[in-house]
Amino acid sequence: MEMEVLKFIGAGLAAFGMIGAGIGLGNVFGSYFNAVARQPSMEKALSKYLFMGFALVEAIAILAFVLGILLMNA
Amino acid sequence: MANPLEQFVVKPLSETPIIPGTEIMLTNQAVWMFGVTLFLGFFLAFGVRKKALVPGRLQAFIEMTYGLVETLSKDIIGPKGKKMIPTIFALYMFITTLNLAGMIPGSYTATSQIITTAIMALTVFFSVIIIGLLKHGLKFFGLFAPAGVPLPLLFILVPLEIVSFFIRPFTHAVRLAANMMAGHIALKVFASFVLGFMAMEGVASFGAVLPFAGLFGITVLEVVVALLQAYIFTLLTCVYLSDAVNLH
Repeated sequence: MEMEVLKFIGAGLAAFGMIGAGIGLGNVFGSYFNAVARQPSMEKALSKYLFMGFALVEAIAILAFVLGILLMNA
Repeated sequence: MANPLEQFVVKPLSETPIIPGTEIMLTNQAVWMFGVTLFLGFFLAFGVRKKALVPGRLQAFIEMTYGLVETLSKDIIGPKGKKMIPTIFALYMFITTLNLAGMIPGSYTATSQIITTAIMALTVFFSVIIIGLLKHGLKFFGLFAPAGVPLPLLFILVPLEIVSFFIRPFTHAVRLAANMMAGHIALKVFASFVLGFMAMEGVASFGAVLPFAGLFGITVLEVVVALLQAYIFTLLTCVYLSDAVNLH
């Protein structure tokens, strides 16, 4: 195959990294809803940690995105 | 069909450079950033001009926004972070306004450019290092070795902590830029679906209703994302500054 084609295949494969981030984000938000349903008074305190966890998990998806862009423009 | 990436092109408004002999020109990105800064300055000054005890609508809005940032930094940094609230508030207002200005049809989203967000993230990164070194001296490097960890584990943990420390400004900047960029590309793609259906003949052109409904939904989602990403950028700024002020 030509290099041009392989570049795009590589960029597509890099997007697989987002699967993990997707599972992680589902976990973060699912646990948050579970916790708030059990203890509604904790909602304010937990939401801070929700966004922090959200940002940390999303960092993985960002790395995958950047890798894809880098491969496409390599 | 127009290229969905065309909206992110930085183009100079005139060919004459600001400083003769260089290539520094006034671009559409710079104009939007200057405009938003001016707007924010006048808006905030106008909103709180009366300093009324019982605030009017505009003053209440600004006070609530300030309260949001204040509680955020108080919760995360603690009482030592009081000096940093103006910076954090300015950062939050600047990002929010730029994000929301990008939602105006035909406007330019300056936060979708990595250079805009990278400068802000690097400012935070270097502030953390400088404040940490000034406040704690060499003890600041204890940040990389959490207390109460057995010695053999430190050999693995310290390199990991160092890598995660230096990757921070990178993820901090790319998170905001990538989110704004992805949202605006999705908007453009759906808009091109609408135009594609409209170009068809006969009954098929009524299919344009479907992507238009999707476009409407994504627009609402984008406004939420614009506010949420500004909030997350501010929250992470607080978390990083808290590391510098309080160590672990």
